[in-house]
Amino acid sequence: MDWGNWFSDANNVVFLVVALVMVAASVRVVTSPNVVHSALMLVIALAGAAGLFLMLGAEFVAWTLVLVYIGAVIVLFLFGIMITRAPTGRDPGRLDHARRWPAAVVALGTFVTIATVTTLAFEDRPVSGAVTSGGDLGEVLFNRYVIPFEAVSFVLLAALIGGIVLARKDPER
Amino acid sequence: MIINQFLVLAALLFSIGIYGVLVRRNAVLVLLSIELMLTAVNINLVAFGSYIQDTLRSGQVFALFVITVAAAEVGIGLAIVVLVFRNRASANVDELDLMRW
Repeated sequence: MDWGNWFSDANNVVFLVVALVMVAASVRVVTSPNVVHSALMLVIALAGAAGLFLMLGAEFVAWTLVLVYIGAVIVLFLFGIMITRAPTGRDPGRLDHARRWPAAVVALGTFVTIATVTTLAFEDRPVSGAVTSGGDLGEVLFNRYVIPFEAVSFVLLAALIGGIVLARKDPER
Repeated sequence: MIINQFLVLAALLFSIGIYGVLVRRNAVLVLLSIELMLTAVNINLVAFGSYIQDTLRSGQVFALFVITVAAAEVGIGLAIVVLVFRNRASANVDELDLMRW
């Protein structure tokens, strides 16, 4: 692979910057001693993912990610942190297990395995950033994929009811 | 752009998520790490969809499905965590040893 050519593409420079920010943010998600900082760092990582989707031309998916994750899921997480009274101050050690090295070895092994396999399989095949319009995606979603779409909406409904049933107070007590 | 740069980045995010799942004690933080892993999967799906360039846009459609299921999973997961916290006054996963043999 020719790294000089790779760097001369402006898209790849943007990718590199976004990737570095994402990796730094996600490392902070799993190592930060402050729970709220963890959740806020996840916002940065997810915003980076939305940026990558825009680079790949998946506009609708990118904005859905911003709306659903950054808009709703993170707020839900912050409420969860608040309700469970997770230790929010600077208190390292209690948030993590004592044995970090086995976990780090497992994570490193996973990364090396996946990265080696994909590098061997895909070497330097190009990928295009051709934009998929929301209209095209909607047409496919409501024609070819309408059954999975309805199934997913049913899953969402079941999760909604399940969440209410689980989280409300037991009336008999 | 080559496809492998997206795949390697997704692998890195996925393994960071695995580290978080294994090392964190607080259940909310374990769920946060799972979100990280799901995002890595989404990056893979969209990158492969952009690579294959099929007319059905299957990569993006399934990325949307994964986002939906992840939102449902967070809702249920946090409800369970709140319930566990209410019953046992702790949301640490290593103190939940009720089913330990």
